[in-house]
Amino acid sequence: MNNIFVYLEIEEGIVADVSQELLTKGRSLANQLGCKLEATAVGDNLGMVAQQVLPYGVDTLHLFQDERLSPYTTLPHTSIMVKLFSEEKPQICLMGATIIGRDLGPRVSSALGSGLTADCTSLEIGDHEEKKAGKIYKNLLYQIRPAFGGNIVAWIVNPDHRPQMATVREGVMKKEIVDPYYKGEVINHQVSDFVKEEDYVLTIIDRHIEKSKVNIKNSPIIISGGYGVGSKENFDLLYKLADVLGAEVGASRAAVDAGFAEHERQIGQTGVTVRPKVYIACGISGQIQHIAGMQESSIIISINNDPNAPINAIADYVITGEIERVIPKMIKHYKSNTK
Amino acid sequence: MQFNIIVLAKQVPDTRNVGKDAMKADGTVNRAALPAIFNPEDLNALEQALRIKDHYPGTKITMLTMGPGRAADILREGLFRGADDGVLLTDRAFAGADTLATSYALSMAAKKIGIYDLIISGRQAIDGDTAQVGPQIAEKLGIPQITYAEDIERIENGKVRVKRRLEHGVEIVECPLPVVITVNGSAAPCRPRNAKLLQKFKHAKTITERQVEHIDYIDIYSSRPYLNLTEWSVADVDADPVQCGLSGSPTKVKKIENVVFQAKESKHLTDNDAEIDELMRELIENHTIG
Repeated sequence: MNNIFVYLEIEEGIVADVSQELLTKGRSLANQLGCKLEATAVGDNLGMVAQQVLPYGVDTLHLFQDERLSPYTTLPHTSIMVKLFSEEKPQICLMGATIIGRDLGPRVSSALGSGLTADCTSLEIGDHEEKKAGKIYKNLLYQIRPAFGGNIVAWIVNPDHRPQMATVREGVMKKEIVDPYYKGEVINHQVSDFVKEEDYVLTIIDRHIEKSKVNIKNSPIIISGGYGVGSKENFDLLYKLADVLGAEVGASRAAVDAGFAEHERQIGQTGVTVRPKVYIACGISGQIQHIAGMQESSIIISINNDPNAPINAIADYVITGEIERVIPKMIKHYKSNTK
Repeated sequence: MQFNIIVLAKQVPDTRNVGKDAMKADGTVNRAALPAIFNPEDLNALEQALRIKDHYPGTKITMLTMGPGRAADILREGLFRGADDGVLLTDRAFAGADTLATSYALSMAAKKIGIYDLIISGRQAIDGDTAQVGPQIAEKLGIPQITYAEDIERIENGKVRVKRRLEHGVEIVECPLPVVITVNGSAAPCRPRNAKLLQKFKHAKTITERQVEHIDYIDIYSSRPYLNLTEWSVADVDADPVQCGLSGSPTKVKKIENVVFQAKESKHLTDNDAEIDELMRELIENHTIG
C-alpha cells in the first residue's frame, strides 16, 4: 500500500527506455520514502518483462497479459490502471511523457480525481505548507517543470489527492541497474476482472512503425539551429557542417515553428532531450524549455551574433559572430586538418 | 448525414517567440507584452471540423472556450472561419483551474450543449503544454478519445476513422461516435477567415461585451440572433463550484522560479579566422570531434 508505481511501456516484449529511466527514479524515491517500488506491464508477450525490470529494484511486478491489450488502446489500459490504483492506493505514479503516457495519464487521473503534472524535468521529495489552512504536508512529491513556454519553472505539489501522478520525457532521467539478481514478486492478474468488453471499442485498422529518419537522440555531435539562423536556406549551412563532422542537425522550437526545420528535429522540453558529446547551438537564444533538452551535453558551443544570448551562460565556448561566417571557417579547418 | 461538433479552443499568450521586450529588467515575463492568440493546435482542430462540415452540409459547429471576457475573440475567430455558434464559459469561480478543474467545467458545458457527435480540440495549448484536458473531458463524459489525430478521414455507419501520429509512424483507428478527438500540429493548417462571414459576424458579441461597450441596438440583436454569443457561468452549466477553479484543482503551484541561467566558465571568441582555427584545433586534439 502507498507505494510508487511505474507504468511500463512495452513494444513487442521490450520495455521502453523511458520506463527503465522511471524505474531508476522510482527506486531512489522509494528508498527516500521507505516504501516499495511496483511496476505494471499491460500487453501481450510479457514473458521477458520480469527479467528486464526486476534488476532496477522492482519489488512487485503486476502483469496483465492478453493479446487484445497490445498494441495499446486507451480504454482497456485505463480500466486496468484505475481499478489497480483504487485497490493498491499508490502514493506516486510515474509514466513516460510519450504519446501513450500522455494519452493514458490524463484519463486515469480524471477517473481517480488525482492531479497529474506533465513533462516533469525533475522530481524531488519535500515538505509543503498550506499557509491558509495552516497545514503541513510531509514528504510530498515536488513535480518540477518548465511552464509558460519555458519562461518560468513551476514547482507543483498535490497535497490532498493520491496518487501524485507525473509524466517525464525520455532521456530526462538516467537509468541504472541496482542489482541484476534483485528479488521481486511477480503477480499475474486476470485481465477480465479489470477490463469490460465494451472497453475494446476502438479498432486499430492499420499501424506501421517507421523508424524515424532523424536520430538526433543517439548522435554524439549535434549542430542545432534556432530562430536566429534566419531561414531554411541558412539551415543548409548547418547540414553541411553536420555532414563533415558526422553529426545530426537539431532545432529549437522557434526554428521549427518558423518552418526552418522538421518537427522531429526539435530539441527541448516539447521535443527530444539529448546529451551529446558536443552541442553546437547556432542562433539559439536559449529559452529554458530548449535548455532543458540539452543542458547535459558535455561541451556546448554557442554561435550567436548577440553576445548576451541567455544560452551563452551555459556554453563552454561562446563565439560572437554571424553563423554565415563562422560555420564555413569551421568546415574549412576541419577538412584541411583531418584525414 | 449531418453532425453536431463542439470545437474546444483556448485563448493563450503567444509564448513561442518571446522577444526582448517580453522580458522585464528583473528577468520575469512581462505577460502584458505577449499578444493573446488562438491556440495554434486548436486551429488545426477547427479545420478538421470544417472539413466534416464541407463534406456533410448541415453539420453544426459550436465553438466552446473558457476564459475571461476577452476570450470571446476566439469565438468570433471561429465564426469568421466557418463555425456556426459560440459559447463562452466565464466566471470568477473558474479562475486558477488546473487541467482537472478545467476539464470538469468544459465537460459540464458540453453536457449543457447536450447533443454532440464529435468534440474536437487541439492536442495541447502552448501556455501549458500538458495535453491533458481533451482526455479528461472524454473520461468525464464517459466516451472514447483519439489523441494526436492528424486526419479525420471519414465517418461511416456511426464510426469515425482517424489517422493518428505515433512516435515512429502512424496508426489508423476506427471508433464509434460520440468521441473526443485531439488534433496534432502536423494536421492540415486552418483555412483563413472568409470575407462574407467576417462581415456577417463582426458584431457578434456576448451580453457582457454589449453592456461594457454600451451597445444598445436591441433590434439588431433580436432580429439577427446569430450575433448573440452565448455566455455561461458556473450556475448556468449546473456545475459544482467546489469542483471548479482553484478549489477543484488537485495540483497546487508551490512556487514559481524565473529562469536564471547558472553562469559557467566560458571561453569567449570572435569570428576571426585565427580564433576559429584555434578552437577547432583544440576540439580535434582532445578528440571531442574527429
